[in-house]
Amino acid sequence: MPKIFQKSEAFFDTFERKPGFQKTTHYCPGCGHGTLNKIIADQVAELGIQDQTIYVGPVGCGVFIYYYFESASVSAAHGRASAVATGVSRSNPDGIVVSYQGDGDLAAIGTGNAIHAANRGENMIVFFVNNNLYGMTGGQLAPTTLLGQKTTTSPYGRSKSNDGFPLLVAEMIAGLEAPTLVARVGVNNPRNIRQAVKVIKRGLEIQRDKKGYVFIEVLSQCPTNWKKDPEQACEWIDDVVSKQYPIGVLKDLADEQGPQERPRKEADFAAVAKLLGLDAEEKTVDKELILPYEEMRFKFAGFGGQGVLSLGMMVAQMSMQYNLEVTWLPSYGPEMRGGVANSSVVAGKNPISTPVVDAPNVLVALNRPSLEKFGPLVPKDGLIIYNSSLIDQIPADLKGKVHALPATDLATAAGTAKAANVVVLGFIARLTGIFELAELEAFLRKTFNKPALLEINLKAVSSGWDAAGTI
Amino acid sequence: MKKLVKGNEAVVIGALVAGCDAYYGYPITPASEIAHAASEYFLALGKVFVQAECEIGAINMVFGSAASGLRTLTASSGPGISLKMEGISYLAGAQLPCVIVDVQRVGPGLGNIGPEQSDYFQVVKGGGHGDYRAIVLAPASVEETYRMTIEAFDLADRWRTPVFLLTDATLGQMMEPIDIRQEPIQKVAKPWALDASPESNRNLVTSIYLDFDDMEAHIERLHEKYRQISETEAQAEVSGAEDPQIVLTGYGISSRLLRSTLETLDARGIRAALIRPKTLWPFPTAIYQKTVKPGVPVLAVEMSRGQFVEDVRLSLPKHQVNWYGRVGGNLPQLEQIVAQVEKCLQEVSNA
Repeated sequence: MPKIFQKSEAFFDTFERKPGFQKTTHYCPGCGHGTLNKIIADQVAELGIQDQTIYVGPVGCGVFIYYYFESASVSAAHGRASAVATGVSRSNPDGIVVSYQGDGDLAAIGTGNAIHAANRGENMIVFFVNNNLYGMTGGQLAPTTLLGQKTTTSPYGRSKSNDGFPLLVAEMIAGLEAPTLVARVGVNNPRNIRQAVKVIKRGLEIQRDKKGYVFIEVLSQCPTNWKKDPEQACEWIDDVVSKQYPIGVLKDLADEQGPQERPRKEADFAAVAKLLGLDAEEKTVDKELILPYEEMRFKFAGFGGQGVLSLGMMVAQMSMQYNLEVTWLPSYGPEMRGGVANSSVVAGKNPISTPVVDAPNVLVALNRPSLEKFGPLVPKDGLIIYNSSLIDQIPADLKGKVHALPATDLATAAGTAKAANVVVLGFIARLTGIFELAELEAFLRKTFNKPALLEINLKAVSSGWDAAGTI
Repeated sequence: MKKLVKGNEAVVIGALVAGCDAYYGYPITPASEIAHAASEYFLALGKVFVQAECEIGAINMVFGSAASGLRTLTASSGPGISLKMEGISYLAGAQLPCVIVDVQRVGPGLGNIGPEQSDYFQVVKGGGHGDYRAIVLAPASVEETYRMTIEAFDLADRWRTPVFLLTDATLGQMMEPIDIRQEPIQKVAKPWALDASPESNRNLVTSIYLDFDDMEAHIERLHEKYRQISETEAQAEVSGAEDPQIVLTGYGISSRLLRSTLETLDARGIRAALIRPKTLWPFPTAIYQKTVKPGVPVLAVEMSRGQFVEDVRLSLPKHQVNWYGRVGGNLPQLEQIVAQVEKCLQEVSNA
């Protein structure tokens, strides 16, 4: 005679949770978890997906599912099963990922992670076991606790003023665009169980076909914490719980939706190098630069928008091409957005210690606050280049050699005031003797792709260069 | 090939060269360029990139990804690292390899986005619950940020443990050239991973051991591993005078300032040496004990109000270990450090 009720093939033969209890689970008598576990295991076995299935276990009454399901398992932190399952799912495009969570886990501490996994339409099936309270920790109030229901932390019954209203999680998830199947089932009577089997089978088929996110809320009886016998607990779901949480399919797009494949690739060094443009990168120039200082310590300062960060970057890029050691350090954040910005560049032939420029030997000040702030820090043998288009008064306490450069006017004449930084580039290159004009022009040709912009910048750099020639 | 990049981008390039498969993160200044570069490069290469809903989500995605055997990266700054700490404890407990970058900013609380080194305690001493350790690498340049990211993945896999890369706002935002070339990568087999194959069908990744004796044995196994890491992986760089009058010490960006200090002191006729830890856990205690001769004073410089200095003092219980630091986003200035050195030397000669 064939057995019509037997242990699922997708369960372990024995449950090695505790010596002497290899035939039983840890679930209390009459608990809905055991029935749900059996339905899942039966359907996994029937679909032949046991070897691809990875269970993500929660903290709560589902914590020990890895002792029962004979598949790969991972234990998540409290509330984080949907996030862990996201990592597992993205890593295993061929896997079937099951996230098994309770009310506290999914509807309280981990709501954000659950909602966002659903909203991304992750390829995973989430079982949300709703028994109206925290089972494992001793029957405390959950977001799903019914109004008036007494728990160990709502001894006078759940009050809407103190605790708010029962959370309809399935309805919330069904309101999102991405999920493929959202349903609420019960495991408290044969009719509900038969329906649950159908829905769970469909959910697992969706996973097998990579058709996206499935959410199944399972109304589950908790005789122990409800302080009812198993039969009363099952009846209470029909009579009370399911009135608050109606059973049924809330959303099912499986027939109209194609696979949501998220393939994953590996990349060898050649692919990385190609992506980074390393093969196209300009080679370094074999020429010994003559530096006026052993270590060039530049400070470029001005208003945000005057291009002091990119001026520093241009000097740094060129220094690197000529085999100098170089660092570039920006001011950034609110300081940058608020008005005054600066960048520090250190370049030299020896390894650079601090990238911070406290005492610049070349200061470029494009506005007055910059000149007032940094000018006095330049030592006697240092150079101060200030933007005489915008600064009409220079501080009295400057020690370095001061050069006026009408950078904004020259840039405007070249085509745009924005090119003031490139005027400065030409000026300081000639003043310090580091780079030749032809070298600057070659650099600009590589930097500016748009012909009109290039032309303006070539004009700007040569007007700066020329201005330095009159000194 | 040399490329001028920010420290934050160097992390991502290092990860790619190391064969990192997945990035999960949440934006935060001054670490966001890591997420920017990761989204650009990982997605283009068909690797996994997910901008998580929160820092806690990100670290738990890392958990799932690392459990699946992927080389996995995440990055944040102080406040985000605080949020990740629970997940890091789970990663350590479940012995999952991954790389976590902390681009330190100013705290406590919201603080500001300037540079500081005040995450030392939470990162080096383990900010999560339980008896665990994580390897902490402390680069001092953009090039080293790149190299240490690669090294971090190898260490994580070798020891099955989370590895931190502890940088700061300055190192993350500054640009220096890095030399990108193919590197020998030590990828190891991960038979314990969940890879949706029949072979891994019974694998379990967990940090729970209900039986007290089993749990104790698990913790003892972890600590045997930590003992081996302590013996083999501690690194520090020693530079400066052979016979110093004073030893300076600092990690990360502080050590760059101290290198400049050495040069200034040398010009003023003061012999000083510098110990720069490259690993903060394991702390290179043996190198301190070997380098600092009896009676030589030590000055620890850090951008926090005395965190790193505690480990220096534990390493050198018989030495006078002084502290100097700036906080709030300020870097110590060269002249300030020199003045502290002179003060230390004066105290020694007075005694």
